[in-house]
Amino acid sequence: MNNSATARANILARLKAAPRTAVPERPEWQPPVYDADERVNRFASVIEASHAEVYHTSADAWPALLAEVMQRHGLDSLMYAPGTVDGQQVATAWGTLEQAPALVPYDRPVEELKDTLVNGVAAGLTATRAAIAETGSLVLWPTAEEPRLMSLLPPVHVAVVRAETVVDTLAVLMASQHWAQQMPTNVVLVSGPSKTADIEQTLAYGVHGPKELIVLIVH
Amino acid sequence: MSGDFTQRAPGALNDPTLRRNFRRAMDGLMTKRAAQFQDTAAWNALRARGAAVKARVVSKLPELLEQLEANCTANGITVHWAESTAEANAIVLEILQAAGAKKVIKGKSMVSEEMELNHYLGDHGIKAVESDLGEYIIQLAGEAPSHIVMPCIHKNKSEIAALFAEHIDGLGYTEDVDTLTAAARKALRNEFATADAGISGVNFAVAETGTLVLVENEGNGRLSTTLPPLHIALMGIEKLAETLEDIPPLLSLLPRSATGQAITTYVNMISSPRKPGEKDGPEQVHLVLLDSGRSRVYADEQLRDTLRCIRCGACMNHCPVYSRVGGHTYKFVYPGPIGKILTPQLEGLDCAGDQPHASTLCNACVEVCPVKIPIADLLVRLRGESVHSSDSPAVKGAGSRHNWREALVWRGWKFMYSHPLAYAAGAKVLSRLGNAIPDSAPMIREWTSVRNRPKFAGKTLHELVREEGYDHE
Ligand code: SF4
Repeated sequence: MNNSATARANILARLKAAPRTAVPERPEWQPPVYDADERVNRFASVIEASHAEVYHTSADAWPALLAEVMQRHGLDSLMYAPGTVDGQQVATAWGTLEQAPALVPYDRPVEELKDTLVNGVAAGLTATRAAIAETGSLVLWPTAEEPRLMSLLPPVHVAVVRAETVVDTLAVLMASQHWAQQMPTNVVLVSGPSKTADIEQTLAYGVHGPKELIVLIVH
Repeated sequence: MSGDFTQRAPGALNDPTLRRNFRRAMDGLMTKRAAQFQDTAAWNALRARGAAVKARVVSKLPELLEQLEANCTANGITVHWAESTAEANAIVLEILQAAGAKKVIKGKSMVSEEMELNHYLGDHGIKAVESDLGEYIIQLAGEAPSHIVMPCIHKNKSEIAALFAEHIDGLGYTEDVDTLTAAARKALRNEFATADAGISGVNFAVAETGTLVLVENEGNGRLSTTLPPLHIALMGIEKLAETLEDIPPLLSLLPRSATGQAITTYVNMISSPRKPGEKDGPEQVHLVLLDSGRSRVYADEQLRDTLRCIRCGACMNHCPVYSRVGGHTYKFVYPGPIGKILTPQLEGLDCAGDQPHASTLCNACVEVCPVKIPIADLLVRLRGESVHSSDSPAVKGAGSRHNWREALVWRGWKFMYSHPLAYAAGAKVLSRLGNAIPDSAPMIREWTSVRNRPKFAGKTLHELVREEGYDHE
């Protein structure tokens, strides 16, 4: 775009013509550190305080627990990612249950699934890349197999967290996993269900994203 | 001596509903913020880090912009540059028209308010729907935001209930916040599903990785940037972070300072459009970099500190002036202390020159600013600039508020205070005759119309001291 090129040249020329000042150093700052045996509990209690529902479970038992929790909540369908380990596990496990919510795969582009996503499914299941103890946050790292909208459009989001992936802080996580070298299309931190306080600072949930967030911590 | 602010302030001050709405909101926000920063040592260390991180961005701004552009481009994000809001509007329109877009859904963006984008798009046949609940409410009301973080903070529940009853079919009047929120969700869901493009702001753009960081609580930002096939992000040229590792301290400062939350519900990091094989996300992502006066501010070494701002709103929440007059009194997009320094720099002292004067210099904003912008110093600087001409090319309209009467008074004041004999004589005359000057005398009546007139003591301080037996101070 031609205009944009002129604008670019003019803006950069003005900025470069301005007097230079010294580049300040970054002073020391330490993000908080928690005891290893406290970490998972802290994560659970902070995200619970942000209105999430947390369950502690095991690697084998979580799909059955999820079916039970969903039935209790009256949720009759779950969107899942058939290409992921968690997705396959839930499909296999629910196949053997007498009563389980319907499974809806996110297996084609959003353009072909829009109606289902926007109005037709009760919950969405995702894995998490990690979780953060300091702020009670889930780290979602969507992929081709597990797309972005499944944690956003259904009224309930279910996230599976492996206890060993809980870290103290975002700072530690970014550094240890070398995020700067491998940022994907989208990363999102989720710290509770969708909320707003725009009407008289009164909290209300589910204004655009999920109204409920269910976290299954797998030990 | 008047300006828009001066004219609007009395109306706001005499509106009890507005006063109540702001008082309640500001008290709540201040309490919640204070609860987040109880550990003073941790706050000091974090804030020093945040301030340095943003000061580094300012000191390397042109190079970081080039780096951001290169990395975004490599990631598949198209970068555009706009010198003025008119150019930015034209760029957005061109992108939308090329895609055949008729309706856009918007996340919150103060830059889009600077551009008056909704209005511009409307004039060109494109409907822009605000999706942030607060922005949606004021769009229904046909108003501008009154706060940069909580745009409809000036409205109370009953005002919003009446607005919804009028605009949302079949809802009726209800003050139940959950019902109101659910009604907005329903109304906007359909808009999301049928929008041709999403428009958002940017909280931090990471030069190192070409990543756009957006914080929000509602999920409307995620929806606007994920569901429609096209995403346009708008940002001022200063809203950068150098590296990804600079994001954690900034994220730790922004929501805590803004609303007293440890973190927002969602932190969105967008680094590219949909890649082959991915099932959702926009096919195109555009980033529009808006200058609109910022590079001019940058020319001045002192004033450029303004460009560190992360738009948390803490300065307005703690401002004794803002909390009494509300956001609309400032007329321009950015109210409160940050507005009082930014607006005169962006728009010129000739049209917003009264704003730096609308401050008590109490320093509350300086104490809470997470990136340590010396707001009070800049207010004083701009006050001086508003009445004197200036060598700095950074601010337009310097000297525009020069007033010969005020200049004369100050000159007289200076003479008295630097000539002991004149001072002694003047003080003596005022102590004897000062109380006889009527309240309605010129230059006194502006003060006495709203305040009691101070009484002159019968004797000057020098006389009293001498009576006490001191003959030399
Ligand atoms: S000036 Fe400081 S306190 Fe005010 S909005 Fe900007 S960063 Fe926040």
